[in-house]
Amino acid sequence: MSAPRERFVQVAGGACRIWEKGEGEPLGVVPGLGGCPRWTPFLDALAEQRRVVVTSLPGFSGSDDQHRLLDGHLDWVAATLDLLEAAELAGADLVAASVGAMLAAEVAALAPGFVRRLVLTSPYGLYDNDAPGENVFSALPSEVVSIQTEQPAKYEQAFEAPEDPEESAEWQLRQYRASEAAARIVWPFGERGLAKRLHRIRIPVLLLWGEKDRIQPPAYAKLFASGLAGPVETKIVPGAGHQLWIDEPEAAARAVRSFLA
Amino acid sequence: MKIGNFNLMSYRHLPESFPEKHESVYISLPSEVLDSAQMNRDYNASLDEHEFADSVGFDILGVNEHHSNGYGMMPSPNLMAAALSRRTRDSSLLVLGNSLALYNPPHRVAEEFAMLDCMSGGRLIAGFPVGTPMDTCYAYSTNPSELRDRYYEAHDLVMQAWTRPEMFSFHGRFNQERYVNITPRPIQKPHPPVWIPAGGSVETWHFCAKHDYVYCYLTYFGYLSGEAIIKGFWDEMKALGKEPNPYQTGIVQYVGVAETREEALDLYAEAANYFFNNSLHTSPRWVNPPGYVTEATARKKIMSQVQEAARRAELRTNSMSELRGQTFEGMVEQGFVVIGSPDEVAEKLKEIAISQNVGNLLLMTQFGNMSTELAKYNMELIAKRVKPQLENIFANEWEHRWMPTPLADRAQPAELTR
Repeated sequence: MSAPRERFVQVAGGACRIWEKGEGEPLGVVPGLGGCPRWTPFLDALAEQRRVVVTSLPGFSGSDDQHRLLDGHLDWVAATLDLLEAAELAGADLVAASVGAMLAAEVAALAPGFVRRLVLTSPYGLYDNDAPGENVFSALPSEVVSIQTEQPAKYEQAFEAPEDPEESAEWQLRQYRASEAAARIVWPFGERGLAKRLHRIRIPVLLLWGEKDRIQPPAYAKLFASGLAGPVETKIVPGAGHQLWIDEPEAAARAVRSFLA
Repeated sequence: MKIGNFNLMSYRHLPESFPEKHESVYISLPSEVLDSAQMNRDYNASLDEHEFADSVGFDILGVNEHHSNGYGMMPSPNLMAAALSRRTRDSSLLVLGNSLALYNPPHRVAEEFAMLDCMSGGRLIAGFPVGTPMDTCYAYSTNPSELRDRYYEAHDLVMQAWTRPEMFSFHGRFNQERYVNITPRPIQKPHPPVWIPAGGSVETWHFCAKHDYVYCYLTYFGYLSGEAIIKGFWDEMKALGKEPNPYQTGIVQYVGVAETREEALDLYAEAANYFFNNSLHTSPRWVNPPGYVTEATARKKIMSQVQEAARRAELRTNSMSELRGQTFEGMVEQGFVVIGSPDEVAEKLKEIAISQNVGNLLLMTQFGNMSTELAKYNMELIAKRVKPQLENIFANEWEHRWMPTPLADRAQPAELTR
């Protein structure tokens, strides 16, 4: 895998990292839990056909700590919109995951025409009292990996700290920051009222889910599908957990490509 | 030196099998282990113990705040302090809650503390903890990433509510209150002394140093575990050019006194084993909500992982359960509990106070399932034979600027005839 082009945009009082790779029509990416500290095979597969523009929300990998200035859901939604605009993604297709997918869905609901087509991968945003998922933030240290992925080796490749002690310390702090930012967005239930706004999403949506997602179980796909107003496709990827892009990058990329074909 | 009687009010009746059968005494404590009729006796026993401590001459009575927690049964320490305000006479009432960010609106804390100050005739010491991750982020679902900023803002609001003579508006990030004008106002002016219970974050060192508050390190694991933390506070004070007045720090220490060391080892083993092996059975699941520890503190922790201080801090916060299986001798050796004859205990406490430059010792005289009878025995020996050996330390060199200044003619409860 060759390295992506890197640039930074100013959002909500700090820098947010943008990675780009590939040529052609832009395809925006909004990562989820843990952010995107390394370029991954999933992104590479998308970049074969499109110019992939990977954004990083405030506080997530490569961004500053301006997440601490965002005090509520509206602040986060506005910051997401700012980020996507700064990344020149207005009117583009978006692929988003997890907590990032919740915010991408809000943008699609509140800014008609801003998103062309939307892929929501294991999105946060809805909470079913009778079927709650597991809370990643209260996982035991021994469960933090297994709760997110069915492919621990691939997960380590994506998230494990480098060996050099100093780089490792910085890396751990960055990942701690990303985790804090995610918690800031969704604590304590993983939803902020999106259910009341799903009907405003009239664009084509692909609901892409890991069959073994323990955090946002695949049953939530039905809840999303029933609330969305436009054409909806649902694709459940066997054997994958919440970190679907990490667990099954080829299958995930195939599903995205086929939806956007 | 000021000597306090401090008590977590642990639930005293957990079954011995609790740690094997249940995940945690905190947050997910199964309610079936709690007997509310016992709590009637226990609250009264705990209040009796504090009243006894007041009667034998402790300077301070300390209560604190925990939620959904079997080792701390006082979700509202204010209620305990209110009860204590009636029958105690001279001790200061140290309320080491209220976790400011948990109260909505936070000026509720200004009101209740003002009431306590008035009820007690100006004997209140106001404690403002951030609160443990369990209390704040899990039991009260506060967003861990917002917690500290909410705490700072609530602190500013409470201080203004106490000190601004006029009705005012508070337009904060998290709290918008158009009309703040509390009744009553505290007796102590400009406000009751403020003590901050701390868990070792770098921000709290700075906060206490900056605002001239007492820094109280609340550890369950004794003076050795607090050494590096207290030093961190003094380093911060020095960096800010402030004087090292020992009365600006306090530490918690478990203590068991008897006529001889052997007798003390015998008398206090059960309560210590119960507390450290049973009451503190806490799941690490509830310890690290992301953002609770600030990046600066996380950085310090990561960078100093090889250091003993970090190991001990880790011990304290992350793996209380790993302490299980400690023998009582081990606990004594590691300083969790100071044990001995009155002279031995006085000697040890003197050494701790002087070496760490700590002017307020908050002594845990009742812990775990210790009976009130034994707690009173412990308190009496401390008050009569330990305290006199300690109270002059620092007294000539330093002024204690953080103790209450009560009214001289305080109202007392009227006698009743039935």
